[in-house]
Amino acid sequence: MFEFLLRMGDNTLVLGHRVSEWCGHAPVLEEDIALANISLDLIGQTRLWLGLAGEVEGQGRDADALAFRRDVWDFRNLLICERPNRDFGHTLMRQFLFDLWHFERLSDLSLSVDDRIAGIAAKCVKEADYHLERSKDLIVRLGDGTVESHSKMQTALTALWPYIGEMFTDDALDAKMADAGIAPLPSSQHVRFHKALNETLAAATLMRPTNDFAQMGGRSGTHTEDLGHMLATMQFLQRAYPDARW
Amino acid sequence: MYAQEVKSTGLVVKPLDEMSDEERAFQVRIDAGEKIEPKDWMPDGYRKNLVRQISQHGHSEVVGQLPEGNWITRAPTLERKAILLAKVQDEAGHGLYLYSAAETLGVSRADLIDDLLSGKAKYSSIFNYPTLNWADMGAVGWLVDGAAIVNQVALQRTSYGPYSRAMVRICKEESFHARQGFDIMMKMTSGTAAQKAMAQDALNRLWWPALMMFGPPDADSVHSAQSMAWKIKIMTNDEGRQKFVDQTMPQIEYLGLEVPDSTAKLNPETGHYDFSDPDWAEFFEVLKGNGPCNVDRLRARNIAHDKGAWFRDGLMAYAEKRKIAAE
Ligand SMILES: [Fe+2]
Ligand SMILES: [Fe+2]
Ligand SMILES: [Fe+2]
Repeated sequence: MFEFLLRMGDNTLVLGHRVSEWCGHAPVLEEDIALANISLDLIGQTRLWLGLAGEVEGQGRDADALAFRRDVWDFRNLLICERPNRDFGHTLMRQFLFDLWHFERLSDLSLSVDDRIAGIAAKCVKEADYHLERSKDLIVRLGDGTVESHSKMQTALTALWPYIGEMFTDDALDAKMADAGIAPLPSSQHVRFHKALNETLAAATLMRPTNDFAQMGGRSGTHTEDLGHMLATMQFLQRAYPDARW
Repeated sequence: MYAQEVKSTGLVVKPLDEMSDEERAFQVRIDAGEKIEPKDWMPDGYRKNLVRQISQHGHSEVVGQLPEGNWITRAPTLERKAILLAKVQDEAGHGLYLYSAAETLGVSRADLIDDLLSGKAKYSSIFNYPTLNWADMGAVGWLVDGAAIVNQVALQRTSYGPYSRAMVRICKEESFHARQGFDIMMKMTSGTAAQKAMAQDALNRLWWPALMMFGPPDADSVHSAQSMAWKIKIMTNDEGRQKFVDQTMPQIEYLGLEVPDSTAKLNPETGHYDFSDPDWAEFFEVLKGNGPCNVDRLRARNIAHDKGAWFRDGLMAYAEKRKIAAE
C-alpha cells in the first residue's frame, strides 16, 4: 500500500515540479498563469498522496520528508513525469499524455474499496478532468495550427511515445492491489486510453507513431538521468540544512 | 513604487485660467474626485503619462516573476513551494490587469511588450537585484511587496478609473504577499543560526533597493507636480519612502534583525524615523541597465517571447482556420 501511494504521489510531485520550472518563462502571460495553476494542483495532490503514504508507513515521515529526503531509487513515478521540459511543445504533449492516463486512473480509484484512496481520488479527479480538457484543446489547436506548430507537436509526440507503455504494464504490486479491490490493474486502462488518444490525435492531425517499444523502470525505482538533477535542485535546502524548519 | 517616475515630462502645471475649456473642465472633474473613464476626453499629456506609468507598472509585475521564480524549484517544503508559486502567479495576473488597463488608453499589449523586450520601456529597478538565498523569498514579499503597497494603496485614489480599479484588486493580493513574506522572515529569524544569517543577509541586500523603489528624492523629480495635479501620482517619492520606513523599522526590530543603516532611528520630535539616503548613483546606474541582473532579466523575457512565437502563431492560425470554416 505504501508503495502504491508513492506511485501516485511521486507522479504528481515530479510532474508538478517540472511544470513549475516554466514559471515566468512561458510563451504568453496566460500560459504562465495556467501552468502555475496546474503545478499548484499537482503539488496539492502530492501532499494528499504522500501524506497518506507517510501515515500508512507509520515511521513518522510526513509528505515533506518523503518528498525532500528520499533519493532517486526510492522514487516510484512514471518516467514520463521526469522527462525534461525541452520546448513548450514537449511540455504540453507530456502533460496531455499524463492527463489522459491520470484522469482515467483517478476515475477508477475513486471507486476503490479503501475510503481514504477513494476520497483523495474523487477530489483530484475534478482537477485532472480540467487539466485534460485544457491539454486536449491545446494539442488539437497546435497540431492543426501552423506547419511549425504541427511539426513541434509531432516531434514531441514521437519523443514521448516510448514512455506511454509503462503506464499500462502490470507488476506484482498491481496484482495485489487489484485483488484487494484497492486499484484496478493498470492494463485495464489500456483500451480506453488509446481510444481517447486516437480521437485527439485525429482532431489534431497528428500521426500515431508505430514503434511500440516501452521504456520502463520508474515505477520500480530505476529512473532516467534527469531525476537525479531534479532532486538535487528540489531537495537542496532540506539536505544542506537538515536541522532547519522552514 | 513599480512605476518609478524619473524622467521629466517637461510639463508644468497650468493655472486654471490659462487652460482651454476642455482642460479646465477636465481638471475640475479631477479636483472633485471624479474618475476619468476611457471614453472621456483627456489631455494628451495625461494619456501619455498614464500609458507610461501603467505599462511600466505592468512590466514590473511581469519581470517581477523572475527573482522569485528563481527559488520555486528550490522551495524547502511543499507548502512553501505552493505559496510561492501562487504568489508569482498573482504577479503574472497583475501584469495582465495592468496591460488591460493600459489598453483602454488606446495602446496594444503587443506594442507594450515589444517596448519592454527592446529595453525601451522601463520596469522597477528592484527586479534587477538578485535573489541569493531562501530568506530573499521572505524579504521580497515583506519589503518589495510592502513598498509597492504603500504606493498602490494611494493609487487606488488615482483619477483614471480602470487604473484605480486594477489597484483595488491588486492591493488585496499584495497585502497577502507581504504577510506571507513576513511569515517566512519570522520562520527564518526564529530558526537556526544559518537561517538567521540568511535573513540578515537578505535584509542587508534588499533594504536600500527597496528604498529606491520610491524613486529619486522629491528635490530631483521635477515632473511630479503635473502628475500630482492629475492624480496620476498621489504622494511624493519622499512621502512614500518615509511611510515605508516608518512601518518597516518596528518590524525589523520585532524580527531581531539589524537595519543596514546606522543612522536609522526614531526621531521623538517628528514621530518619524530618520534614515540615510540610498546610493542614488547606484540607482541611476541600475536604471541605465547596469544593475546586477538587468541583462539577465531582459534576456529571460526575450527568450521566453522568441521561443514562444511558434506557440502564439499556431493558436492564431488555428483560430483563423476555424473562422474561415465557419463562414
Ligand atoms: Fe503584484
Ligand atoms: Fe507587486
Ligand atoms: Fe505581490
